[in-house]
Amino acid sequence: MSFEIFLQYCFSGITLGSIYAVVAIGFNIIYNTTGIINFAQGEFVVLGALCAITFSRLLIPVLPFALAMSIAVILAVVITTFIGGLIEIVFIKWINNPTVLRLVIITIGLSFLLRETSLHVWDEKVRALKYFTGTEVSSISLLGAHFSPQVLWVLGVTAVIVIGLGLFFRLTLTGRAMRACAASSNAARLCGINIKMMVTISFMISAAIGALAGCVTSPITQTQYNMGSSLAIKGFVVAILGGLGNSFAAVGAGLILGLLESFSIVLLPNAYRDVVAIIILLGILFFKPSGLFAKKEESALKEF
Amino acid sequence: MKSRWTLCACIVILAVLTAILLSGCADQTRKQPIKVGAILAVTGPASFLGAPEEKTLTMLAEQINNAGGVDGRKIELIVKDSQANPENAISFAKQLIEEDKVTAIIGPTTSGESMAIKDLCQENSTILLSCAAAETIVEPVASYVFKTPQKDSYAAIKIYQTMNDLGIKKIGVVVSNAGFGLGGKAQLEKYAPEHGIEIAITEVYDKGEKDLTAVLTKVKDKGVEAVVNWSIVPAQSIIPKNMKQLGMNIPLFQSHGFGNIEYVKAAGEAAEGIIFPCGRLLVADVLPSDHPQKAVLTKYKNDYESRFKEDASTFGGHAYDSFMILMEAIKKAGADDVEKIRSAIENMKGFIGTGGIFNLSPSDHNGLALDSFEMLTVENGKFVLYN
Amino acid sequence: MDMKRYRPIGILLIFVICVQLVFTLSGTEYFLTQIIMAAYYCLVILGLCLLMGYTGQISLGHAGFFAIGGYTQAVLTTINLSSFADSGFVRFLESAGILFRRTDLYGEEILSFSPWIAIIAAIVITIGIAFLIGIPVLRLKGHYLAMATLGFGMIIYTIVIGTRFLGEADGITKVPPFQLLPGIVVCGKMAHRVANYYVAWFLVIVGMIVALNLVHSRVGRALRAIHGSEEAANAMGIHSSKYKLYIFVLSAVFASVGGIFLTHYNGSIGPSETSVIKSVRYVAIVAVGGMDNLWGCLFMGILLNFLSLRGVFGSFDEVFFGLSLIVIMLFAPHGILRIAKVQELIAALRELPAYIKERIGKKKKHERHTA
Repeated sequence: MSFEIFLQYCFSGITLGSIYAVVAIGFNIIYNTTGIINFAQGEFVVLGALCAITFSRLLIPVLPFALAMSIAVILAVVITTFIGGLIEIVFIKWINNPTVLRLVIITIGLSFLLRETSLHVWDEKVRALKYFTGTEVSSISLLGAHFSPQVLWVLGVTAVIVIGLGLFFRLTLTGRAMRACAASSNAARLCGINIKMMVTISFMISAAIGALAGCVTSPITQTQYNMGSSLAIKGFVVAILGGLGNSFAAVGAGLILGLLESFSIVLLPNAYRDVVAIIILLGILFFKPSGLFAKKEESALKEF
Repeated sequence: MKSRWTLCACIVILAVLTAILLSGCADQTRKQPIKVGAILAVTGPASFLGAPEEKTLTMLAEQINNAGGVDGRKIELIVKDSQANPENAISFAKQLIEEDKVTAIIGPTTSGESMAIKDLCQENSTILLSCAAAETIVEPVASYVFKTPQKDSYAAIKIYQTMNDLGIKKIGVVVSNAGFGLGGKAQLEKYAPEHGIEIAITEVYDKGEKDLTAVLTKVKDKGVEAVVNWSIVPAQSIIPKNMKQLGMNIPLFQSHGFGNIEYVKAAGEAAEGIIFPCGRLLVADVLPSDHPQKAVLTKYKNDYESRFKEDASTFGGHAYDSFMILMEAIKKAGADDVEKIRSAIENMKGFIGTGGIFNLSPSDHNGLALDSFEMLTVENGKFVLYN
Repeated sequence: MDMKRYRPIGILLIFVICVQLVFTLSGTEYFLTQIIMAAYYCLVILGLCLLMGYTGQISLGHAGFFAIGGYTQAVLTTINLSSFADSGFVRFLESAGILFRRTDLYGEEILSFSPWIAIIAAIVITIGIAFLIGIPVLRLKGHYLAMATLGFGMIIYTIVIGTRFLGEADGITKVPPFQLLPGIVVCGKMAHRVANYYVAWFLVIVGMIVALNLVHSRVGRALRAIHGSEEAANAMGIHSSKYKLYIFVLSAVFASVGGIFLTHYNGSIGPSETSVIKSVRYVAIVAVGGMDNLWGCLFMGILLNFLSLRGVFGSFDEVFFGLSLIVIMLFAPHGILRIAKVQELIAALRELPAYIKERIGKKKKHERHTA
């Protein structure tokens, strides 16, 4: 294999990995405060992208491109955040002492519901948001290999989200309160933290991150109403691979999975690419279920 | 005493209800509508095919009923949404055959579903007009089973002929893992040798694919002169983008599954110059006015686009052909005898549809010829004839 | 032996017979078609109910086991060996009754494995795979277990859709009828429907009896102990990983049998049967049925699948499914049969025979008095 081709596989892997990573981060926020995996996370991604596409189609003819795109993305994120909060308030907030399984089933139901609602609000057609910079055909060349400028956007947004979250959880009172909920909800309640409020906020943040992920990946992946579950599954895999609840690790795990998938194509037909990814995942689950990047002390506290 | 009164009242009410029901039935027998069933993937993974098909059928049934129906009788269309699951298609086919006693079934949308109910329709003498592409639907011929989309083999031959003109010898093939893509792959492999074309690599991708640069890198590495992508899923718009991003400036051929302007929109600038075989629906407005299909195509396209405010696609066209062939047969043979309708379809000659001119025969239950395809290309975000 | 446990089974049997009679007499026998299909799906759900409700182990890969059964059966009964018919080995197999010959609708002669052989193969393969997967997977808990089983399901899906001899996206069609006994043929033909209805219910009832016995036995108590706390169960001397594995394998066999018979009934199987969505649906129905409630799962399994298969909700099928999940989880988290009102109704129904007896007794007494 020539160096250029090798590098090209690397770039393909990074492209895939950045998409997986940005979707995976959304899972961690809700998991951290409630201990559940939100099966509707993929639907937030699709919802964000669909909103942004609709707004951008309305705004691009009347406003300069950059302004129109930013307004479209911001509106999409705000709307999805609002929907995320609303869903939590309507369906989850008033349940007393819910079991994890009960919440998981509710989120499964929500994912069905959101998916079909987007089908009936929009339609079955495939759409794509405009590339943020350049067009469908522009690409950046590096040492003879190429990648789309949008990949840089995805990576940049991922970095901003991860750093933003890190700061939020360390520096703000709300963030600290949410971390307290994650550690022990009873102790947090005793300290006077409004746990229900924290759960609502975590749903809103998750939805916002999902929507942002949807907007930034839509030019590459395109968006159709039923894409959510396939995105969510990959995001889910990555979140576990990195260690549930850890956003930094999710980014690393996403890139690793992307690269592994990309290089698996060298040896195997693409048709079996998912098998490769899953076998790696199962290996991790069996031998190091705390995830690739978990510290020993941390994983000692968790149950697998 | 009281209970006896209640009992009497009940009996009276029941009798009245039965009388109403019976009289209703008697009323119906005078002018019973013709029942036509449709099993379509309106939602689910193949909804981008099923939804335009459903819209087309609803529109046509309305048009025909507003014009007084066929053979003096109205059409009652029963649409079932299979979500592209064969097991649903089987359940619905049994319902339509037995409960609704339909004259014919239109659909299913995908090849897998069509194959799953092919024998069922044959055994129960119900006409099936499939909107799916696979050639196995009409090969071997089942006397009650027809299909309207053009044969995959013709599309493959058309593509290879164009390649011969361009002097292309070595190609890479990427197909989707849906039935359509795999059917196309088989035909491409079958006809490659006789056109002197070498397939250097074949790769299959999933409908949920996010980015295909890795696959295309493998294809690029083989030093091919052109790429053929045979697919019906939205991921096919990712391929032209990724090819351009990888700097692959070789021709991209697509299949007739590309015949939907939405895919061009999703691929944006990258769609320019894609060459693909397709029925003439997409270029209806630029056909010469003496072309036999011109009138049919423009009418369907205009009706559909003004009614649903979206661009017509060839998939809706397949449903149009199925439905109109059935109507034509009913006009000829009357609505009562299914066997007569079947033989009218089987012997239909020169029927002008959106997919081409149908000449059916007992050994050919598709009826379209090689010239039903035209080579198209994309120019300034629009479909135009390729020459 | 506690005969009381079998009284509900008897009632179910009577109910099943009544349903058939009502539909047949009223000329609406076609409703049975979807009940049959729903019953086969119910086998998967019963197995999953044992695993989830009584052992507390979630599985998001049960559609995979359904598919292993169905696909093995479909491959072995449709593979055409007639081009090897002259070889000595094939001839030996044919004379041993392992192969059987038939002619399809289009006059092609097909020599393939007998469905009986295929069933044995399908179940053996299912058990083998369930063991292989179960040993490492069941060491995990919660989301990790869910993820691992989901991964298993996705592997099966990817293999099915990427492999030529499994029919890829089109699945396998033309699965022949399966002659169980003289006169009883598992196939989709309308003439055989009533027989098929009883075959399906026979399997479900056998499944029910197996499950109920298990639940009310020593094993069942051990399982509930594991569900409560695995550490405590281990401390009491229950070999928890062994029990979990057995139940996992048993529930896989349930799913596989459902797949085998539905494949014969439908005459085909497609990759949609292996999709993640199908697995999620099974889990959701078990949850809606009330987790550790075999009767609730049976009821909801039949009802929801029946409605879905009849296409009652048209394009809103998934919406309805999602909504019913949410509503039941919000308002009746222990399943529909555990709602207070429904419980009262069930209690009333239970007392009905005694009540009638009492009334008749009173009447007789009354008559005697007046006489």
